[in-house]
Amino acid sequence: MANELADARIDPARASEPKIKLVEISKSFNGKVVLDRLDLEIAAGESVVLVGPSGTGKSVLLKHIIGLIRPDSGQVVIDGTDLWSLPDKELNAFRRRFGMSFQEGALFDSMSVYDNIAFPLRRQAKKSAAEVRARVAECLELVHLEGIEKRKPAELSGGMRRRVGFARAIALEPEILLFDEPTTGLDPIMSDVIDTTIVEMRERLRCTTVTITHDMESAAKIGDRIALIFEGKIVAIDAPERFLKSDNPMVRQFVEGRADGPMTQAEGARGGRA
Amino acid sequence: MKIFEAVGSAVTRLLSELGRFVQLLFRTAAWAVRPPYDVAETVRQMVRVGVDSIPVVFVTGLFTGMVISLQTYTGFARFHAESFVGSVVALSVTRELAPVLAALMVTGRVGSAMAAELGTMRVTEQIDALVALATEPIQYLIVPRVVAATIMLPLLVVMADAVGIGGGYLVAVDLLGANPVTYVHNSFQFLGVNDLTSGIIKAASFGLLFSLIGCQKGFYTEGGAEGVGISTTRAVVSGSLAILVADFFLTKLLF
Repeated sequence: MANELADARIDPARASEPKIKLVEISKSFNGKVVLDRLDLEIAAGESVVLVGPSGTGKSVLLKHIIGLIRPDSGQVVIDGTDLWSLPDKELNAFRRRFGMSFQEGALFDSMSVYDNIAFPLRRQAKKSAAEVRARVAECLELVHLEGIEKRKPAELSGGMRRRVGFARAIALEPEILLFDEPTTGLDPIMSDVIDTTIVEMRERLRCTTVTITHDMESAAKIGDRIALIFEGKIVAIDAPERFLKSDNPMVRQFVEGRADGPMTQAEGARGGRA
Repeated sequence: MKIFEAVGSAVTRLLSELGRFVQLLFRTAAWAVRPPYDVAETVRQMVRVGVDSIPVVFVTGLFTGMVISLQTYTGFARFHAESFVGSVVALSVTRELAPVLAALMVTGRVGSAMAAELGTMRVTEQIDALVALATEPIQYLIVPRVVAATIMLPLLVVMADAVGIGGGYLVAVDLLGANPVTYVHNSFQFLGVNDLTSGIIKAASFGLLFSLIGCQKGFYTEGGAEGVGISTTRAVVSGSLAILVADFFLTKLLF
């Protein structure tokens, strides 16, 4: 399996294939359609930012990419491999290609910062204690949080928790990095620190990234393309400069942050926001 | 019609919970035999389930033995059969009371903690984070807890057996004036190995039951803090009921 993974990285035949390919993904929870035959292709090394009103399925989409949620129908294809065609154990191994940062960091609160970042290294990479120590220090340096190894997650601020979450996500040098609302609830200065960290990590690790945000400034800074998701579909996707100038009325409403517009009307017709 | 609907939905819920339990049981068994084996975490859980429960189970065993001794002595004295109090205490403690009461106490103490811990991990996305870090959460979280409970509850019950019999002796001999030599002799005269082993088998089964139920309720928690509260309550209620129901069938099977 390990050889197969290594081959997939360098196989020239696969170079033209998208890194991430979602084919007609549909998902419902308790009868409510969250994703509706959604298609998306992301090239290797690309950074795509997902924007859209709350409750439109952005987080659910992100969790589909890493195989945390199984679609009702459709395919999640990573490097030409359909995730759900893999048996349990291989799917687990396949996830080593991913790093995911969760909304509030999702750090293991019973462990110190050091143990959180060392967790994947000890379990997956089987590195020696010295190698683990060196890699943890390297990851913390990358998110500009040197010297906090001994602290517990409860002792960290929201922004620090998320950056420790980043450090943990990149510990195994993933090919794909997923960020679920990395700046929500943070002050503008910390948001900018986080955005800069994401851009730096991407440049240094040369990985494909998918980021969810509500902040258009962040989206323009981080993304090669911005996708607007509404009612389980991608209604617009384009490079930041073109996206921000788009004539699409839904994009205009979202970018300008207006309460009146086609998205609010559509939600009104359905009987309010979910 | 509403009553049929209510009964129907309750039965459906019960069956789906049961299905989930059986599914989790098989998945836990399958992941338990696959490497890597997390010995350190299993030992940590053994300390939490076993060592940390010693005071609670000690007091439960002691007072159960004492009260059984007191009750039977008073009753048996009416037809001059006081010399058999030791036998009754030894048999009822080892076959029934120590396994069941220790299991119920540990369910309240540990089953609830397992549900709360896993439930909190679920609602704060820590379980999703485990999966994202290519770690199977059943193997990492549930297997060590279930293995620890299945090993440690029998050991706690052996302690409760000894303490219970000792408690019975204290009451009968020191409080009620029974002959110590006859009491000890009668305590062990009718006690067979089967009485002890059946109690231990029961304890292992109860350990498996309460821990798996606690983990199941926590693992599948939905919602926020309220969801964690509901899971914790359900872990104790379902775990205790399962122990009482299983006790009957195990007794029928083992004796």
